[in-house]
Amino acid sequence: MGTSRRTFLKAGGLAALALAAGGALYRATRLEAPHRFALDGEARAALHAIAPAILAGALPQRQGREAALASAIDGVHAAILGLPPATQKEVQDLFGLLALAPARRLLTGVSGGWEHARPEEVSAFLQDWRLHRLGLLRSAYHALHDLVLGAWYAQPANWPATGYPGPMKELS
Amino acid sequence: MSARLIPDPIEAGIAKGWKIVDGATLDADRTLEADVVIIGSGAGGGVTAEILARSGLSVIVVEEGALRSSRDFKMREAEAYPSLYQESAARKTLDKGINILQGRTVGGSTTVNWTSSFRTPAATLDWWRRHYALPEATPDAMAPWFAMMEARLHISDWSGAPNENNDVLRRGARKLGIPTGLIRRNVNGCWNLGYCGMGCPTNAKQSMLVTTIPAALEHGATLVTRARAERLVAKGGRIGLLECRALDAAGVYPTGRLLRLHARHYVLAGGAINSPALLLRSKAPDPSGLLGKRTFLHPTVISTAFFPQRVEAWAGAPQTVYSDHFLAGAFEGPMGYKLEAPPLHPLLLATTMSGFGDTHAAMMRDFPHLSGMLALLRDGFHEGAPGGTVRLRADGSPELDYPMSDYLWDGARRALLTMAEIQFAAGAHGVQPAHEMARRYTSWQEAKAAIAALPQGLQRTRVASAHVMGGCAMAGDERLGVVAPSGRYRGLDNLSVHDGSLFPTSIGANPQLSIYGLTAKLASGLAQELTGRPAARLAA
Repeated sequence: MGTSRRTFLKAGGLAALALAAGGALYRATRLEAPHRFALDGEARAALHAIAPAILAGALPQRQGREAALASAIDGVHAAILGLPPATQKEVQDLFGLLALAPARRLLTGVSGGWEHARPEEVSAFLQDWRLHRLGLLRSAYHALHDLVLGAWYAQPANWPATGYPGPMKELS
Repeated sequence: MSARLIPDPIEAGIAKGWKIVDGATLDADRTLEADVVIIGSGAGGGVTAEILARSGLSVIVVEEGALRSSRDFKMREAEAYPSLYQESAARKTLDKGINILQGRTVGGSTTVNWTSSFRTPAATLDWWRRHYALPEATPDAMAPWFAMMEARLHISDWSGAPNENNDVLRRGARKLGIPTGLIRRNVNGCWNLGYCGMGCPTNAKQSMLVTTIPAALEHGATLVTRARAERLVAKGGRIGLLECRALDAAGVYPTGRLLRLHARHYVLAGGAINSPALLLRSKAPDPSGLLGKRTFLHPTVISTAFFPQRVEAWAGAPQTVYSDHFLAGAFEGPMGYKLEAPPLHPLLLATTMSGFGDTHAAMMRDFPHLSGMLALLRDGFHEGAPGGTVRLRADGSPELDYPMSDYLWDGARRALLTMAEIQFAAGAHGVQPAHEMARRYTSWQEAKAAIAALPQGLQRTRVASAHVMGGCAMAGDERLGVVAPSGRYRGLDNLSVHDGSLFPTSIGANPQLSIYGLTAKLASGLAQELTGRPAARLAA
């Protein structure tokens, strides 16, 4: 992991180009109506690998873990579909990039497919993006951070763990 | 159940036959005509609609968002943000450095704001008078308009005790000898729930949704919802048509249906991003070259604190204590800032706070003990804070380019230091600024050294904004402003601008009452010009 992270950190301007080109390529290969976000295949696998790293400590360890994760991913998807078309396109580009194997290896250091990504690998790339000198990658991190944590804490089922009682029942 | 518990004035009005056209349900194009078309139903559009309608003019109000009301307001962020806010409350500046909260629903931001009501500060008015050739920008000249709107919207002192989240600011500041004040609120019979940001479920908040818009509808106005104002069409310097696109139920995609609105006069009140954007899409004349320029945000930085006692920052009137102590310095000096407390709710807290995984989850488990404080940076008065620029994306949608300057980052750092010191003085056991490299500091000494060393920068420091202002600046000198002191747009005969985009600088306080007072004045002048009679006065 150390090597791939260093490679990734060196990527620099090349990474920025890849981010733009990767997204455009991904979009060009899609058949859906333009700008309507779709989450499928490797893009969904990427989110399925990334969300548990962001939600570590909040996701249940065993029982109910898969259901809770699936519900969070559905929440992310729904939230993206409510964004303006121009923003959906940007998020599509991000997931398009994550779905492309060469970009994934270069930018995240995750060497195999997302399905086999280890949680430490995913946390490491998120941490790299979070403080990366390229604003593009920092904002990509922020998009993932906000989408995943937003979807998680939007759900009443996840409030009790925080001690938040929710709104007055009679009016909600 | 809530529909029975709380009478819903919108439901009652619809039953009574208010004229409402919902763009999402149109199955054919529509053409409508009135004396005046008002674009936007927020603070500026609402006040203008009531004054013009009561003065005998026929009015159409166009709103991009949907008509929601108390029965829809369930105090849940997952529903409120997509349905009541621009871009699901995730609107961002071009470089993604600042998250912008702006309403998009009938009532605009007034439907979702936190009820803080301040008259325009005297220092701000004085600056406008001296720098923007606005002789009537004085507290005395504006006082009658503020007084009228305060009466209309029940703006008064809040009699309840501040919740613990606000009391942290009062208590900590007092320990340090920093003066604070109590915030006046536009509420009538408030239940002290704390969910103002998700739409008031009890209709206590005197937003445009339950005051001026219903009054205008009672006086025969037409409300068009889920319709995006696309283009003003002018010929020979006069606008003859506003083209609107009907939006689908979610407000994301146009349905293909068009609305064509004809009027003698048009009033633009879409807020400080959408108003300049409509003018840019319409290729409106821009003689001063300032259209969409000098857009201000009150860039806002946030500090959270952990207390041994419960704070429950989600409960109770959200903003009741403020301090203007750090606005007292000269405009030529370092950036000044206003201190307030934000309410905390799970989604907004989780996304605002940095980090992920175990540390983030641990922070969220402390939620009942967390307090929030914010600092609004007063932009627009110093060459280091010249504001941003509204531009159009390829698809015509607006985008705000707002670069953060070193001057602003210096203000951000000083504000984070101030807030940490106040939070510790109030008894906090830990303080964590909303910054990617910050952790929870356990003493003021530790925080002081750490915050001083934090690199301030894009996507490192969390910056938010709930106050978008400027971009169609008002000025007596035509070289300094897009709009004349009467509110008339320079370059088009029959267009006025009545919203926060008029402000030549930021306000230095939550802007709703500034918009109410100023647009009440401008709308009264407009009504008199259009009818030849004195305008109707608004009363409680």
